[in-house]
Amino acid sequence: MGHRKAAPQTKVMLETRDLLIDIPGRADGEPLNLRIEAGQRWGLLGPNGVGKTTLLHTLAGLRAPRRGSIELEGTALASLGRKAVAQRLALVFQERQDSFPATVLETALIGRHPFLSPWKRESAADLQRAHQALAALSLEHLTQRLVNTLSGGERQRVAIATALTQAPALWLADEPTNHLDLHHQTAVMALLADHARQGAAVIMGLHDLNLASRWCDHLLLMYPDGRCRAGAAAELLELTALEDLYSQKLAMAQVNGTAVFIPG
Amino acid sequence: MPGVSGRALLALLALTLLAALALMVALAVGSVPVHFDDLLAVLGGGGDPLHRELLLSLRLPRALAAFATGGLLALAGALMQVLLRNPLADPYVLGLSGGAAVGALAAMLGGAAAIWVSGSAFAGALISTLLVFGLAQGVGGWTPTRLLLTGVVVAAGWGALVTFLLTLSSTAQLPGMLYWLMGDLSYARSALPAWLVLIPALVITLPLGRSLNVLARGSLQAASLGVAVRPLEITLYLLASLLTAAAVTTAGSIGFVGLVVPHMLRLMLGNDQRLMLPASVLAGGALLTLADTLARTLLAPQQLPVGVITALLGVPTFLLLLYRSR
Repeated sequence: MGHRKAAPQTKVMLETRDLLIDIPGRADGEPLNLRIEAGQRWGLLGPNGVGKTTLLHTLAGLRAPRRGSIELEGTALASLGRKAVAQRLALVFQERQDSFPATVLETALIGRHPFLSPWKRESAADLQRAHQALAALSLEHLTQRLVNTLSGGERQRVAIATALTQAPALWLADEPTNHLDLHHQTAVMALLADHARQGAAVIMGLHDLNLASRWCDHLLLMYPDGRCRAGAAAELLELTALEDLYSQKLAMAQVNGTAVFIPG
Repeated sequence: MPGVSGRALLALLALTLLAALALMVALAVGSVPVHFDDLLAVLGGGGDPLHRELLLSLRLPRALAAFATGGLLALAGALMQVLLRNPLADPYVLGLSGGAAVGALAAMLGGAAAIWVSGSAFAGALISTLLVFGLAQGVGGWTPTRLLLTGVVVAAGWGALVTFLLTLSSTAQLPGMLYWLMGDLSYARSALPAWLVLIPALVITLPLGRSLNVLARGSLQAASLGVAVRPLEITLYLLASLLTAAAVTTAGSIGFVGLVVPHMLRLMLGNDQRLMLPASVLAGGALLTLADTLARTLLAPQQLPVGVITALLGVPTFLLLLYRSR
């Protein structure tokens, strides 16, 4: 990545220095030194329980790392208030809590929360943003429905619409294609790619190697023994490395110029 | 009002009218019925001196105490439901009323004057608040589940102490104790302390409305949307506790208002806390004022503890709502 550093237009969104995520009862793994630039789409790959969600939550400042530091757009994450963080990054959670009834529109609209003072109501512009976000995820016909009456895939799209309403410079998405049908998987990936083109950075935890292969330009492979490999997707999407990662025999093929992986 | 839409203003206006109506009914109805014209005359500063005495010295303070207590309980319930992310939470779920009851009964058992009963109840409520807070805090802070379990267990402990105190009491003391436990506004001597807690609490919570909406989605989601979760939760806990303590100190542990009112409003108006919180105060106040009017007139001259009325109204209403919401 040496030549990239020299380019004046690259903007570093997120940088970690000797970062160790804190998983209780787990020995220290390999310290992470990540440098995530505007426009990049990172895929986070690894088997269940390896710490992908923990890493995403740590990068969002929701939990403290065991060691090391994180910088968000050049400022130490730990020194930023929750509101300042929320104005820059959005996190799409893998699991959601719907204890209380709320409509789809209300849910998308809470993405504006970090930008509003306590005494201010959402403006017409905020409302328009929410409607646009819902339309981008083909949810405009469901705006007045209660979220807890929706299907799993529809709820996942509402969660992504909420993040979209938040309009973050950095997307942290924990399995954003969970519960989505093939069409919506592609639509969500295209949406994230579109935002990356416009200057956002995207980090997503994924289980689908084919989505990673098609939609990510960088990867972080997290191994159960604590090793990590980060770099350009083209270099890391290599059969033996991935078989090693999942302890699973794989077959690889090329379809329309993209590597496709099938469990063997 | 912060962030209140036209529809919300309409709902609040309707509830304000309902509240005013409830207060009028509470003033007009009783052993000596007062005609509406006479009522207006007295409220206007004139009227029959006998009516003046009856309305301004007897019925008005009690009606105001009932209204404030209902408002306190409903607001505390609404806050507690967000804090615990559980729509079935009520102001007493964390054991606060148990602590207050032990304080009140112990004072009654000792033959203390009414003012000390109130003071002792308030002290018991605060002790219970701090006890649950400290125990739930433990190592590494609380989660809503941990807080709830701690509160439920502490409440069970208070329950045992209440039964113990009841067995120690003489037959002369027992009715007063039972009335206190059911909640009874004839104990309320002054509405002032309740209002002095209610008004500032409402002013503090109103700008928190949108943050509470976000917190209702879970603490991680709230934190990722810029809410300082822990300070907000501690504020909620202490505020809900203070509101509940003020309510039980005024009128004993009146049940169901704090559970049913926010729940009913949620089904009718949705869960936007910016509307829910002021609406809870108005609806809770109106409900308890009407319930207390029933309590003192239904079997007159015999007075019922108002908690009997709220429970008798609350249980079927709640079951109906639960049934209809599948």
